[in-house]
Amino acid sequence: MQTRRDVFQAIADPIRRDIIGLVARQSLNLNSIAENFPVSRPAISQHIKVLTECGLVIIRRQGRERYCEARLATLNQVADWMEPFRQMWDRRFTALDQLLEKMKSEQATKHNKRKRK
Amino acid sequence: MNKTLLKVEPGKQELFIYREFDAPRDLVFKTFTDPKLLSQWMNPCNMTLHIDEFDAVDGGAYHFTHTDPMGGKHIFRGVIHEVNAPERLIRTFEYLNLPERGHVVLDTLRLETLPGNRTRLTIQSVFQSVADRDGMVAAGMEDGVSESHQLLDELLAKVTTRKLAMPNL
Repeated sequence: MQTRRDVFQAIADPIRRDIIGLVARQSLNLNSIAENFPVSRPAISQHIKVLTECGLVIIRRQGRERYCEARLATLNQVADWMEPFRQMWDRRFTALDQLLEKMKSEQATKHNKRKRK
Repeated sequence: MNKTLLKVEPGKQELFIYREFDAPRDLVFKTFTDPKLLSQWMNPCNMTLHIDEFDAVDGGAYHFTHTDPMGGKHIFRGVIHEVNAPERLIRTFEYLNLPERGHVVLDTLRLETLPGNRTRLTIQSVFQSVADRDGMVAAGMEDGVSESHQLLDELLAKVTTRKLAMPNL
């Protein structure tokens, strides 16, 4: 089975979400990132590997150091992914708006008739 | 304009749908429990909805069929756990066309009265796994993709007919 490598895989793990949050503010090297988490350095390294494979982080070399930089545009895919599902409900609710308008005017007509009697 | 909002947080087994309506709460509640009303707005685009059963009482059952343009039938069923008019409806939901049974969703619909005879709807859907939830949302995507292809076809058809009708343009 091929391992899933997309933005959803990237953000599925809470540590990876926190790493994105950290490097979104400033580029950091592996050690500075690892300091923020109560897990081992190799574990953090593995998370960063997933993040780079998913296109959310790139590694930039500066001398001996390797810095992680966030690529946040990829996150837009999450909103794009949900959009058709949202639109399906939005279409239904727009139809419901019309039905409710009809019901409201029917109620008003009934009410007026009763008043006249 | 009333906006439909969606909350689908990564890695969670639930999703939320939010919407406001320009109608009083008892009226909105009726449209979710009266099968005659429900069938007027619940159908997804391009599908016909037939409500085979909808017994809106505590412990009642419901069962409906969507027929797609190719004639394919999509069957949904569930049990209504609680009808607390006009504020809350709790029900299970299962799509019977899935390759295996047992992927059941628990839906809680809440209606709140807002000033000006308005109503806020919140639907919370709790799934048995994150994969179940993501699968449901992704199914909406497949729906949307085929629909947008169709929209594109319609648009192209319009452009072509206009060209034919007005050859000077």
